[in-house]
This record gives sequence, C-alpha cells and structure tokens, in this order.
Amino acid sequence: MTAKTATQNACKLCNPLGACLAFRGIEKCVPFLHGSQGCATYIRRYLISHYKEPIDIASSNFNEETAVFGGSHNLKLGLKNVSQQYKPEVIGIATTCLSETIGDDVPMILKEYEAIMGGEGQLPAMVFASTPSYSGTHIDGFHAAVRSTVKTFATEGPKRNLANLFPGMVSPADIRYLKEIMNAFGMPFVLLPDYSQTLDGGPWAEYHRIPPGGTPVRAIESTGSASASIEFGSTLEAGKSAAGWLEERFGVPRIHLPLPVGIKASDRFFEALEQLTEKPMPELYEDERRRLVDAYADGHKYVFGRRAILYGEEDLVISMAAFLHEIGVVPVLCASGGKSGLMKKRLQELVPDLDGLGIKVREGVDFVDIEHEADGLQPDLLIGNSKGFAMSKRHDLPLIRIGFPIHDRFGGQRLHHLGYRGTQELFDRIVNTVIEQRQKASPIGYTYM
Amino acid sequence: MEAKIHLPDPSLIKEELIGKYPAKVAKKRSKSIVINDPETVPEVQANVRTVPGIITQRGCSYAGCKGVVLGPTRDIVNIVHGPIGCSFYAWLTRRNQTRPESPTDENYINYCFSTDMQEENVVFGGEKKLKVAIQEAYDLFHPKAIAIFSTCPVGLIGDDVHAASREMKEKLGDCNVFGFSCEGYRGVSQSAGHHIANNGVFKHMVGNNNTPVEGKFKLNLLGEYNIGGDAFEIERIFEKCGITLVASFSGNSTVRAIENAHMADLNVILCHRSINYMGDMMETRYGIPWMKVNFVGAESSAKSLRKIAEYFGDADLKARVEEVIAEEMPKVKAVIDEIRPRTEGKTAMLFVGGSRAHHYQDLFTELGMTTVAAGYEFAHRDDYEGREVLPNIKIDADSKNIEELKVTADPELYRPRKTEAELEELKAKGLEINGYEGMMKQMLRKSMVVDDVSHYESERLIELYKPDIFCAGIKEKYVVQKMGVPLKQLHSYDYGGPYTGFEGAVNFYRDIDRMVNNPVWKLIKAPWEQEAAEALEANYVA
Repeated sequence: MTAKTATQNACKLCNPLGACLAFRGIEKCVPFLHGSQGCATYIRRYLISHYKEPIDIASSNFNEETAVFGGSHNLKLGLKNVSQQYKPEVIGIATTCLSETIGDDVPMILKEYEAIMGGEGQLPAMVFASTPSYSGTHIDGFHAAVRSTVKTFATEGPKRNLANLFPGMVSPADIRYLKEIMNAFGMPFVLLPDYSQTLDGGPWAEYHRIPPGGTPVRAIESTGSASASIEFGSTLEAGKSAAGWLEERFGVPRIHLPLPVGIKASDRFFEALEQLTEKPMPELYEDERRRLVDAYADGHKYVFGRRAILYGEEDLVISMAAFLHEIGVVPVLCASGGKSGLMKKRLQELVPDLDGLGIKVREGVDFVDIEHEADGLQPDLLIGNSKGFAMSKRHDLPLIRIGFPIHDRFGGQRLHHLGYRGTQELFDRIVNTVIEQRQKASPIGYTYM
Repeated sequence: MEAKIHLPDPSLIKEELIGKYPAKVAKKRSKSIVINDPETVPEVQANVRTVPGIITQRGCSYAGCKGVVLGPTRDIVNIVHGPIGCSFYAWLTRRNQTRPESPTDENYINYCFSTDMQEENVVFGGEKKLKVAIQEAYDLFHPKAIAIFSTCPVGLIGDDVHAASREMKEKLGDCNVFGFSCEGYRGVSQSAGHHIANNGVFKHMVGNNNTPVEGKFKLNLLGEYNIGGDAFEIERIFEKCGITLVASFSGNSTVRAIENAHMADLNVILCHRSINYMGDMMETRYGIPWMKVNFVGAESSAKSLRKIAEYFGDADLKARVEEVIAEEMPKVKAVIDEIRPRTEGKTAMLFVGGSRAHHYQDLFTELGMTTVAAGYEFAHRDDYEGREVLPNIKIDADSKNIEELKVTADPELYRPRKTEAELEELKAKGLEINGYEGMMKQMLRKSMVVDDVSHYESERLIELYKPDIFCAGIKEKYVVQKMGVPLKQLHSYDYGGPYTGFEGAVNFYRDIDRMVNNPVWKLIKAPWEQEAAEALEANYVA
C-alpha cells in the first residue's frame, strides 16, 4: 500500500463480477445480481469484451423505493421472470454494494420465495453468494460463488473414485486442457466451474436461452463423496474455498496447490494426480514436459537475466513469478490490486530468496503505484492484463498479455497458462517478445536471431 | 419505399414476442411493442422501469452521467465516489477521443479515479475519504475542474457529495469542484443520468466565462461525444464552411469551452435524448435557440449544413456550404456506386441508444437497405413520436425524482438571437427549431418499434425477420452472431469510425459492406436455414 487514499487506474475489478463468471460455469445457470441494473449491464459488458461470447446476467433492477424499503419484492419478481423465460435449473444470486448496504437478508427472502412458489411446479435451485463490492476483489467473488455452489449442492456419500478440481479463475482454454489431463489419467472428476464451453463455444444450430456447457448440478452433488479435491490458488484459504468446505464438512481431503505455471508447479500438479490415481503420468504429458525442458534449454539465452513487472490477481502473479524465476527472468515487481496479506509469504515459499533477488511484492496497489514502484527497476517486460497498456506505451515496454481482462487483443479466452502446454505457450511468447524487441532495435536487420 | 421487402405480419410477430411472458408482464410489454404508422404515429410506452428479471441492455444513472455526458471532456478530473467496480467499468470503455492542443495540455480521459470505498466507509461514512481524494487529485494535477459522481451506496449512507464539493471548491480556490447525485438506482436508465449531468453542467459550468468569442457564425454542438472521432469530422466540416464551434457538449471539449458556450448564437443538437435539457435551459436563460440536426449520413450532413446556413440567413455562408457539399459529395457518391449494388434490398434492425437507432437509418437508406424494426434502449416517447407529445407524457415516480431546474432569463446576458417571427419563418422552412420529430415518422408503415427490447425479444425478432444486419452494442453482439447474423456495434463502432459527416459515411458504407457480404457467414448456418419454413411467413409487401 502507498500513502495515497484514492485509487487511480485500479488493478482489480469488483466482487460481483467474479461471482457472475463462476456462475456461468454451472450448467443451465443464469447469474442474477441483486441490486441496480447498471451492475449487471457493466459486468456483462466487461466480461463480454474479454470472452466475446453472450453473457446474460439478470438483475433485480432496484429503484429509489427499493433502495429505501428493501429489495425483497424485486428479487422475487425477478426470480419468477427469469425462471419463466430462461427455464434455468440454477439461478446464481450474488449481491452488490447496494443490497449489502441496505442489509437485505437474501437467504431469508429466498426461503420466503420458495415457500410461496413451492406449489407451482419445479423451482430452479438457488445458489446465493454474498459479494459486497466494497470489500475484496473479483477473485473473492469468484471463490465465494464456487464455495456456495458446493455448499448448496454437495451431498455426503461413501467415498468413491472421484476427484474434484477447483482451478479458480483460469481461461476456457486452460479448463479444456485440465479436463483433457483428467481424462487422460482416467479418473472420474468434477471440475467447477466449467465455463470452457459457455464462454468459448461454437455457433448455435438452434436457439439457446442459456448457452450449452457448464458443470452439471448432478456432478456438483457428488463432490461430497470424492476421494480428494485439488484446488489451485496460493492465497486461497480453506475457510473461503470450496475444497476447504468439503474437507471440513465431508472429510474430502483438500490438496492445495499454486496455479500450475512453470515446470516445478506443473510437476506438483501431475504428482498429485499420480498419487491420487495411482497411475504414472500419461506419455502425452511426459512428452509435453520433455519438449518444454528442451525449449527452456534452447531459449534460455534470450530470456536469462531479463527483468519483468508482473501484475494482476495475486495467485496468478505468484505462480507466474515462480515460473519466471525458473527460466531466469527476474520478476522485479510483483503487484496486485488484491490484498490477502499473504502474497509475499506464499511467493516466498516458491522463491525463497525474494529479497536477495531484489523482488518487490506489492499488494493492494493500482497502476499509478505500480509505475511509481517500477521507477528505477529497469524492467524489460510487462506481463499482465490489458490494463497495463498505458504504462507499456509510456515506458516503451513490451506487454505480454495474460489473464483477465484482455480486451485489446483477440483470443484472450483461448490463451493457455497452465501445465506444461500452457507454460510452453507462455515461454514461446516471452522469448519471441524479447527477440522481436531486439530485432526491431537492431540497425543491422537480423533475420536469424 | 421503392424496394419491395417481404416482411412477416407484424401483428403475429407481436403476439410471438409477448406470448411467453406472464400475463402482467405481457400486458406491460405490449405497450412498448408497436406497429408503426408514420402518418398517425402510435403511442409507444417508453422510459418506464424494466421489470426485474427481464434482462435489459440498459445501464444506470451513473453510466449516463459520468460515462456519457461528463466523461468525454478532457480537462475535468472525474472522481467516482464508491466501490471500485463502477469506476473501472467506465474506464475508457466509451472510446471518447480527444485532441489536446499540445502534448503537455491537460487530458485526464485516460485516468480512472475512485475513492475505492471499503466496508468501513460504508459503515462510518465516506465524506472524509472523498475530500482527501479531491485534495490528492488537486495536488497531483491542479485541474480546472473536479467532478464527483455518486454510486449506489453513497446516497444510502448519507454522504453529501455536494457539501463536500462546495467545501473543497472554497478551500482550493482555483478549482471548480462539483458533485452529481447520480446513484445507479435513480431513474429508469442512463437517461436519468443524462438529465442529472445536464443540470450539473448548466449550474456549475455554463456561463462562468463571459469572454466574447470571435466569429460570424457561432454555434455549440450538443450531444456529440466524439466516439471513434465523430466530432473531429464534424469539426473539419465546420471549419471548411467557416462556422465557429464555440463548445461541444462534450466530445473533444474543454472546461473553458463549456464555460463560454453561452456566447454562441445557436445550439445544434445531435443526440436529442441526452442533451435536450441543455438546449432548453440555454434558450431560457440566454435566448439561444436550438435546432435538431443529424450528421450521421452524407445526405443528412448536407441537409444539416444547409439548415445551419438557413438559420444564420447569410448568403455567403449558404454559398460556402453549397461549395463544401459539392466538394465532398463526389467522393461519397463514388463509394456508394461501388457498394450499393451489393447492399441494395437488404434489411437492418437497430436496437440501440437514445438517438442512434434513428440516425443510423439514414446511412442504411443511403445504401439501399431497409430498416424493418428499431427501438431505443433508454429514450423517451418524444424521441419516438416527436416533441409534440411532450405535454401528454405522464411523469412517473422515477422521473419525478430527477430535479427540474427552475431557469429564468439572465438579467444581463439574455439576448434573443432571433425574434419570434423569425423563428416561425425558419420553422416554416422545415428547420426543426426547438423541435424534434422523432424516429417513427421516418420509418416504414408496419415496421416494428420496440422500446427497451429484451434479450429474449431480440432473439425472437432475429428469428422472425432474419435481418441482414443487426445494430446494437457489445452485450448483444455475440449472441446475434451465434445465429449467423452480423452485428454492428453502434456504441463502440467495433473500434472503427468516425461515422459522421462525409468521410464518416464512407467509413460506414465500407464497414457494412464488409459485414453483410462477408464469406464467413456462409460457414454459419442460421437456425432458420436448418428449420422448416416458419408458419409466420405470411408475406406482404411494404
């Protein structure tokens, strides 16, 4: 944190956005924001600019009267209309700063609604997440929604050969890759939330009120009887996570890992799968790993000793920093708008000699702080989402776009970050960015680098 | 209409659209879905609250106030008082462009300021934090003006942004600080925010600077926000014609220009919905008439220039305007001749904005395309039916909550630019002086007009009309394209533009040609291409 009070050019988004994204990864689910319609509109607009897919988010459309007297009537009417038009199996309800400020008791309103409507046929299931925009960031909303989804549906049962995978806020391409890996190990699994198709799908042969894809409710129910949960996210604490709740409630062991970026972190993920399935790593991934090691060797001279500024969500920054360290790039500044209070500690577990290497870790900062902190660090690269563009332009630094939001490039939803394949993609992009810089700067006009 | 367009029966379409709704909702929606008759324009229910759970494309009051009206002026520091999301989501998203006179000139458009309200501010109040934020912004930039925007929680926790602004204005001395109560829950849509913004700009900025402005034909451009460089093209044309632009509200504009705007002799209004209040208030206080114009479309631009010349009634200006039109039109005509054979007879649907759904129809007409259905997102009845319905519009609770400023003639500065008789004469010549005839008089008989179209309704409309292009915004873009229909974004222009004036028209023609004649659509089978013929295909000729 810096001394200034206001935030300029924020490096975080608001809590309900994350919840809406997570709800998009449940099959036949419509996200619903309890608050002003502007929140739903802005969040839709923002998510769509990254994913380039339709995203419907309903709202209880507060007016002044609602703001004063409470949102119960609007919420019930909204749920009824959404149910009738969209025929959802699930409605994922998240609060906003408005409904939280007036203190609407949403669980109670939902109970009343169920009591009134119960007689009128099958009601959609309702998942509720409290996501006041005045605390935390979009990542907190994301995890809150995943946790409450599990809390709503998971049931106890005899433990079986089943793995839960809670990857956190990763790209649709990453989700597809993770599913491919799980399938290759041959272990039944539940991945939540799965927006790999809802937010990166094909044209529609027929109309869909709700895009196809997502984790089915039946599958979420079974998470309570899984033999283990794998959960990514270094700063994600058990008390706020889905896997944490399943462990506490149903004794499903929580295997807590950093996002698997880089060889070491990916190895940990694959080792966990080997232990869980009692099977060796499939040849396909052995090959991917070998190619990646080979690429590290071939490309090391371009990147070694380069200095990068990393920014974005804490967990992504931590895992990216460890990966950069692995390839000899110094992540001179690791910054996030989030402030879990854990960022430095968790990064230190992966890169013990942070201070010795001169790596600054900054939580709760905005882009003005980042630029200020970057002063004198002599970075070569900027790595993060589209919001770093202004800084990259001002300082003539190449920006490697990762994570969310990416709205000034095409295909952000199809970027890989995870596992050997994702790391390979990131490594190639970093190497090529460095080469391109050198090529551009060279007066000789190298065509072989 | 020369083109014979086969349209499905509009009354059957209307039944289709409302059939799925619960009875109460169906009744409400049926008043907003009307079959057009340009001769006797039917009443459209507009500017009424969206029913909860009906997914709307509408935004909020804050979006209209900060995002639309105040955002495009480059030298106001805009501080959003509230949690972080509201400021983040409005950060450069509207693509307002601006051109500072020198690289060192003030330009804060790229900044996103927020008090980033935390839980303790909600509990104990956020005024103190706001004042510190104002001080910080002042220390950092020494701007001419700082504007404060209230988001939802602010009104509820009782923070008085106006008092805080007054206090800071006094303390800082050389910086105009003013606040807006534009909490997201106020009003029906972003339209409420436009009104709140008009009031604030009128109260706190217009009239602050009485320095006379040089020039023979001085006007303000109202309701032009310079998305994609639209204002630059209009400025180019004005300059060529010898017309002095005193201030734009608010694209490519400055505090100084707006404070000086009352020195102009005419206000021309582009986006009637978002800025008509300003036109009325400036007329009452300063005696400056306003006139509705449209610079979207080459023919429309030519027509608007002629109207401006007619207003000033100057022979030289009229001659100069004709010269400019004669110079500009051949380039436009050459492109139309090339493209029109490929676009002739195609159909368009426009569901967007509060004036765009009207104005862009002119560009489609120039391409030989027909608008089969249209509607606004946040307009009022007058934008559909014309301002003559204003006395009959019922003021509901939502609109009542938006302050109507009591404006009177300024004792010193009021100077009627035209006499009543002169104004009547100009009106008789077809100039829309202090008037706007709305969208529907320009649309085909039996075309559909739908206000605040829902996501569900637009999908059904596409299925039933099978248009060649759909115009809306990013929220609709990808769902429409999933159905094999190209969607043109008329908020962000799909990162293209400008689309105003003569050069803009050429840009638009080319963009539409690229979209409707693009080979990729052949790879996507529209749902109706896979289904049996629709029962609704009872054709008639419009």
